[in-house]
Amino acid sequence: MMFEYAPAPESRAIVDIRSSYGLFIDGKFVDGETLDKTVNPATEEVLAEVTWAGTQDVDRAVRAARKAYDKVWGPMPGRDRAKYLFRIARIVQERSRELAVLESLDNGKPIRESRDVDLPLVAAHFFYYAGWADKLPYAGFGAEPRPLGVAAQVIPWNFPLLMLAWKVAPALAAGNTVVLKPAETTPLTALLFAEICQQADLPAGVVNIVTGAGDTGRALVEHPGVDKVAFTGSTEVGKAIARSVAGTGKKVTLELGGKAANIVYDDAPVDQAVEGIVNGIFFNQGHVCCAGSRLLVQENVAEQVLDALKRRMALLRVGDPLDKNTDVGAINSAAQLARIRELSDAGAAEGAQRWSPPCELPERGFWFAPTIFTGVTQAHRVAREEIFGPVLSVLTFRTPAEAVEKANNTPYGLSAGIWTDKGSRILWTADRLRAGVVWANTFNKFDPTSPFGGYKESGYGREGGRHGLEAYLNV
Amino acid sequence: MSERVAVRKTYKLFIGGKFPRSESGRSYLVQDSNVSLASRKDARDAVVAARAAVKGWAGATAYNRGQILYRVAEMLEGRREQFVALGVPGDEVDAAVDRWVWYAGWADKLPQVYGGANPVAGPYFNLSAPEPTGVVAVVAPESPALLGLVSVIAPAIVTGNTVVVAASPSAPLAAVTLAEVLATSDLPGGVVNLLTGRITETAPTLAAHLDVNAIDLAGVADPELATDLEARAAENLKRVLRPTPADHDWTGDPGLGRMTALLETKTVWHPKGV
Amino acid sequence: MTATTTSARSDLSELGRSETALRTFLHGLPGVDQVGAEQRAAQLGTRSIKTTAKAQAIDLAIRMVDLTTLEGADTPGKVRALAAKALRPDPADPTCPHVGAVCVYPAMVPHVAEVLRGSAVHLASVATAFPSGQAPLDVKLADTRAAVAAGADEIDMVINRGAFLAGRYQEVYDEIVATKEACGDAHLKVILETGELATYDNVRRASWLAMLAGGDFIKTSTGKVPVAATLPVTLVMLEAVRDFRAATGRQVGVKPAGGIKNTKDAIKYLVMVNETVGGDWLDPDWFRFGASSLLNDLLMQRTKLTTGTYSGPDYFTLD
Repeated sequence: MMFEYAPAPESRAIVDIRSSYGLFIDGKFVDGETLDKTVNPATEEVLAEVTWAGTQDVDRAVRAARKAYDKVWGPMPGRDRAKYLFRIARIVQERSRELAVLESLDNGKPIRESRDVDLPLVAAHFFYYAGWADKLPYAGFGAEPRPLGVAAQVIPWNFPLLMLAWKVAPALAAGNTVVLKPAETTPLTALLFAEICQQADLPAGVVNIVTGAGDTGRALVEHPGVDKVAFTGSTEVGKAIARSVAGTGKKVTLELGGKAANIVYDDAPVDQAVEGIVNGIFFNQGHVCCAGSRLLVQENVAEQVLDALKRRMALLRVGDPLDKNTDVGAINSAAQLARIRELSDAGAAEGAQRWSPPCELPERGFWFAPTIFTGVTQAHRVAREEIFGPVLSVLTFRTPAEAVEKANNTPYGLSAGIWTDKGSRILWTADRLRAGVVWANTFNKFDPTSPFGGYKESGYGREGGRHGLEAYLNV
Repeated sequence: MSERVAVRKTYKLFIGGKFPRSESGRSYLVQDSNVSLASRKDARDAVVAARAAVKGWAGATAYNRGQILYRVAEMLEGRREQFVALGVPGDEVDAAVDRWVWYAGWADKLPQVYGGANPVAGPYFNLSAPEPTGVVAVVAPESPALLGLVSVIAPAIVTGNTVVVAASPSAPLAAVTLAEVLATSDLPGGVVNLLTGRITETAPTLAAHLDVNAIDLAGVADPELATDLEARAAENLKRVLRPTPADHDWTGDPGLGRMTALLETKTVWHPKGV
Repeated sequence: MTATTTSARSDLSELGRSETALRTFLHGLPGVDQVGAEQRAAQLGTRSIKTTAKAQAIDLAIRMVDLTTLEGADTPGKVRALAAKALRPDPADPTCPHVGAVCVYPAMVPHVAEVLRGSAVHLASVATAFPSGQAPLDVKLADTRAAVAAGADEIDMVINRGAFLAGRYQEVYDEIVATKEACGDAHLKVILETGELATYDNVRRASWLAMLAGGDFIKTSTGKVPVAATLPVTLVMLEAVRDFRAATGRQVGVKPAGGIKNTKDAIKYLVMVNETVGGDWLDPDWFRFGASSLLNDLLMQRTKLTTGTYSGPDYFTLD
């Protein structure tokens, strides 16, 4: 028989979206020069009007952050900074459903993921770094490590609130103040976070949020009043930032693109490997810098693994992000959808075989069916360029050495996966991979205690863990 | 109109998450209240409860333990006036709250500071990680009544140990009231067990008990008793924290020592090869 | 991984002729990563089944219940009442379906048979020195034949866990083959007692062993050891029947038993069946719940869906 799941929509009544948002500067929402709209990518419905910060707005925000650093946050004992961060962590926990719904509305990601992954990690991140604020002398960076000052932080649209947490929590714990620019397509949870800062009585100016697009980000990063630049986003923009800070004293950390290899050896626990492949590339619609976008499968089990993978892909439920049973939500924007389409078309044109399960996509909004390409070689664009969408390229290998060689044959080096029942092979392979995070018999796992960041053109610096403090201390 | 007659509180032991009277049926008078006078058998029951709680508490995620210790801080802050009414100075209560917060943050950080990868010469992965030692017996400092108590309990349990605490005989009301805080803070029953009464009665039993892994003699003022307890502890090589000097300033940065003294380090080797 | 090749049907009938062949085959099955399997099971457990889907699931679950009593204190009166309940679980509502089967000890079979005669409810009997299986083979086979002769059309046998854990796979295999033969036309459910097998790798191996030896169903538990059916164990068993059908063409049923107490749990299992092996198994012929208290919760939830009001245990029969 057929067992059809009835719609199980999460109520959006829990979140109260204002019609228009200003910029969050010096503890208050203030008007800026221009307004733009942010839409729900699943329906193209306008959610709210948001201010795009101009150069002067950015300057005001940086000056507010400087004042707060000099007068309040810098001199404050770590013990008290900790308490503010614990407060924020608690408020995030208490308001998590509201934040999750808003995140899914603005981003298009399934509520199951925003509820079960993003929000718990956001709270955990604040909780973790809250605990460092009064323990900096123990972090291994000298007896009295000092903060840097004002941090300019520019974050992407794939995990809007989580990336905010990754940036804001360690910066504040270390004693810096911040000016944060969320992505232009996903500003809403950052603006709700501004309200949470107010609710926590966080001193004015410690956190400032300027919404806007690339120009706003550039103005922020290039502002002479910032001491530190933290960016997560594309490698192209990361390089531009690295150029723009040349000759300044600004400390920089960059978390950029990836083209991770997910290596499946012939003795892998196959059912779990298939889950890991699916989680690796279809989690968050593949909008994940560390996505396992290249499947490297040992040739002697390739057919079997692919059969199982296709069977599993046919079960993915694509659709309404607010439905609690949705596995794959909407593509975040029209521009991103166009990019995914272009690269997928190139894959087909270059001779790779394209396959998607039967999958009905909604008419309105931005959608792309889960897709795999088989018969891919290292020369194909789909094997080299970051697609940032639900598209997996499948390549085969014969020996462990060949797997490692192919895995490393990319300018990126953010993450990698290894699937085998043999522990020593995991460690041998991990040793040889040029990637900042290596998952063995699992994939896309994150924890505030665990450092995250890339080799090579995937950026530099680490976020998370004890190492994540280094980016915000004068060491 | 007649003045309202107050309902007075009974101060009992705290064992396995419950508040029993001493099995001996004895009590002693402190600040006009009867307080349970714990027996050797109460000490033994407390060890059984502490041992039963080890698996769940040590097995909980560090994140979870940190959340619970932070919850203790929240609940203690909410009962500030209750401690003040017992004679604990307000700033001591504040310091005790902050101490819970400080240790709460260590739950998921100590292994990062006190463990790590070792670059052994050979094709091996080699990692050292701390683990709790198990059941810890603690003789709480005579004073400060609250801050001293918190300063010995929190470092023992944050890493996953469970404790049996012999409270300060002269200031047990704050200790029992702290137990009430712990009982309402999502802390699993048995992680902290509290005995009130004479140290000379409970501590020797705990020091000699073969199912106790470590003993903290912080509050043992009598050097002869301290020597005796340490000698008893040698029978099963308990880890021993020697007495803290009576003039110790409990308000300063506690450092890592009280945590690391109650940890084992486990090192794992694993070959690397195809 | 060769065992689960889906592209070609394999002839695995020769494996039972040699201990070495069995061992090589079973130890060559792909491993199960515990953490990954448990996460997958937990993830499926987050599915939200509401309204029409829930109504459909509840009726299906009722039809899949093996209404069970396996107590030393069972009497003819007790089991007759249970059988009556199996036929009409909710006497107040004629649209309520009957359960899949009644499951009792062999001595109780004749009494249940009297009540069920002429109905579509199956009569299952445990056998083979249930629950320990610690009896000589001829005693176990006599137990089985007696149950069938008395009217059981399904036999729930236990495997020899001692022999399995000691690596004597041939012995386990031969016992299942012999029991299957003793069953005649009755369906054979093979209880693995997964709580005693300790690892998912063992669960996968025992599942294949039972299927290779001819079992019609594989069943998790007797309900008599502390750990009974769990979602991850059932997931591993579902993967095994899926791969076995792909390899041999023969479909084998699955029965989680013990510990499934309420509707919410039962629906999680149905979701798991749906998303692991698919609609072919969503039928009482291929999936059963070994349970007793589950039925009343299903009935209460069913009433809630039709009336909109939460019911209470006083409104359902306790047999």
